[in-house]
Amino acid sequence: MGLKYVDEYRDPGLARGLIASIMARSRKPARFMEICGTHTVAIFRSGLRGLLPAHIQLVSGPGCPVCVTAAEDIDRFLWLARQQGVIVTTFGDLLRVPGSTSSLQKERSEGADVRMVYSSFDALRIAVENPERQVVLLGVGFETTAPTVAAAVKKAAEKSIGNFSVYCAHKLLPPAMETLLSSGEMRLDGFICPGHVSTVIGARAYEAVAARHRLPCVVTGFEPIDLLQGIGMLVEQVESGGQGVFNQYRRAVSYEGNATAQGLLAEVFEPCGAAWRGLGRIPESGLRLRAAWRRFDAAERLSLPEMKVEENPACRCGDVLRGAITPPECGLFGRACTPERPLGPCMASSEGTCGAYHRFRGQWEDSGALRETGGK
Amino acid sequence: MSEERLEAERKTHKTIELDHGGGGRAMHALVEELFLGALGNDYLREMNDSALVELPGSRIAMTTDSYVVDPVIFPGGDIGSLAVHGTVNDLAMRGARPLYLTAGFILEEGLDFALLRRIVESMGEAARRAGAPVVAGDTKVVPRGKADKIYINTSGVGVVRPGARIGGQYARAGDVVLINGPIGDHGMAVLCKREGLALENEIVSDSAPLNELVGRMLDACPDIHVLRDPTRGGVGATLNEIAMQSSVGMRLHEEMLPVRDDVAGACELLGFDPLYVANEGKVLVIAPAEAENALLSAMRGHKLGEGACRIGEVVAEEPGRVVMRTRIGGLRVVDMLRGEQLPRIC
Repeated sequence: MGLKYVDEYRDPGLARGLIASIMARSRKPARFMEICGTHTVAIFRSGLRGLLPAHIQLVSGPGCPVCVTAAEDIDRFLWLARQQGVIVTTFGDLLRVPGSTSSLQKERSEGADVRMVYSSFDALRIAVENPERQVVLLGVGFETTAPTVAAAVKKAAEKSIGNFSVYCAHKLLPPAMETLLSSGEMRLDGFICPGHVSTVIGARAYEAVAARHRLPCVVTGFEPIDLLQGIGMLVEQVESGGQGVFNQYRRAVSYEGNATAQGLLAEVFEPCGAAWRGLGRIPESGLRLRAAWRRFDAAERLSLPEMKVEENPACRCGDVLRGAITPPECGLFGRACTPERPLGPCMASSEGTCGAYHRFRGQWEDSGALRETGGK
Repeated sequence: MSEERLEAERKTHKTIELDHGGGGRAMHALVEELFLGALGNDYLREMNDSALVELPGSRIAMTTDSYVVDPVIFPGGDIGSLAVHGTVNDLAMRGARPLYLTAGFILEEGLDFALLRRIVESMGEAARRAGAPVVAGDTKVVPRGKADKIYINTSGVGVVRPGARIGGQYARAGDVVLINGPIGDHGMAVLCKREGLALENEIVSDSAPLNELVGRMLDACPDIHVLRDPTRGGVGATLNEIAMQSSVGMRLHEEMLPVRDDVAGACELLGFDPLYVANEGKVLVIAPAEAENALLSAMRGHKLGEGACRIGEVVAEEPGRVVMRTRIGGLRVVDMLRGEQLPRIC
């Protein structure tokens, strides 16, 4: 990894120039949605909100894969963890997310074999090392994670690793963006499109949404300068009445995306309807294993039962995920629901919107005071 | 103890057995041939139920800490040296000169003898370097699976420098906040090693004894208000603790915060924040602003303080809160860490 270049995307002088030009250009009130949880955290970490004109509002969208995972899927993960002879492997962020009664972390403390992995191939290795056990990889994540899971499935087939399977809860972002806009629940003036996901699907993936809803969509990187440039590009379109797809993050994202990853996805998975927390069932927004690979589907291999879940009616994660409310507007936020005892996924995940708002509270609570007494 | 006898012991016992904790001949052999050799000093060699030591001065600092790090050997250190550094540093953070250590070992049946030897020898070397001998010790062996290879507890006693008044409750508005070098090295070194994350360059832990550095700092500025080693929870959590203990606010400056490129890169990859990653050879210093230059030059004159710099100030506003001015000029609240950082999914 060559990361030295990252410094120039944090350059204070460059930032001042970009902020000044946004200030000079922006006249119309505008509401932009950052879809990706990594963007939400990056915006807080850089203190960006306080540097933008007050009439520009940034709202967080459904871009934390853990958060949009339906409650029934989480409960089925927990069911899997409780089965004798099963090792559940998961990416870390999922461990704390609460289902109806428990979380993977809690199941682990009570004796379940739940292991955190950093790559889908770690899960495969665990399967090889434990031939007498069933090893299930919890396939949660967007277009970024799914190709690595596809690669692991292919490898399992190639090496005939019969005790490895995947619970497919992968999600695709563009259909969710479409659903958000067509519900008419809220007015948006532009999308800050995710950086990581776009490296796979390419900037072109947003063309349909941009055209249908006549919105600007800017694929944006994660450094402060990236975000300022991306927001500047959105402001420019709002002021000039423009629309379409723009790419700020050219150093990582191409128009077509990563053909190899897309090929891998298409070979192993096919789109299917999927339930999203907060957004409901969205057609063609999930991925399932194609027939040729279905023997690696954990749901089939381990005959997962149907789960009826009752979500806490007071939890408003769904509204937060749609951008309909900001976290502090939820009655549970910071009271019954905290990062230590999360009731909803948006509080539990490190990149969940509620977790970010809680961690950086004060940046929205009394930013006035921060502004006056802040730096020297 | 002779090399030949140790060699003979290793031939008969390639791994630790339950007998090694049983109080009989095997345990005796282990203590005599490994522990006494590696950690040896006159106090320990007495082999009595407790060590009798002399303490100069009347203000004594005492501390204890347990070490369960996985992996037990990591780039830049191992559980043995870490167990010495951690306790020595906790003493140094109160302005105390570490004098004596004790060590308790919990060994898992089946532990590789050569690995144990390496750890204990490294511990002995670290204790000698810090000038604090291990004067008493204990070993227990638990059945396989009841512990993970080896756990070590160390306690330490030190004598407090006359006139030193150092503690988390003494930060005052107007003080400066200094650190002796880049943050996050230890946590990322251990994580990358444990999880086999292959990065271009191996990240090396900063584990080191800070007592000598702290001694020089106190020579340069006897009026240091707070010293704290930002271990678990990192600089972010530690400064929050001090802000609450002293009822003051803190202002940090992102562009002053030293983070190595490879540590920053690994953090970025996992969605971690270096502010919350553990250090084992870093000290946060809070002192009157007029002492800044003297302190920084004293720190930079020591090998463990070459990267010393100011990272912020103590303010009266917003007591209990740490706020960072970001590189692009924004303001960011640096909250207490809640739970362990977990890598993100995308």
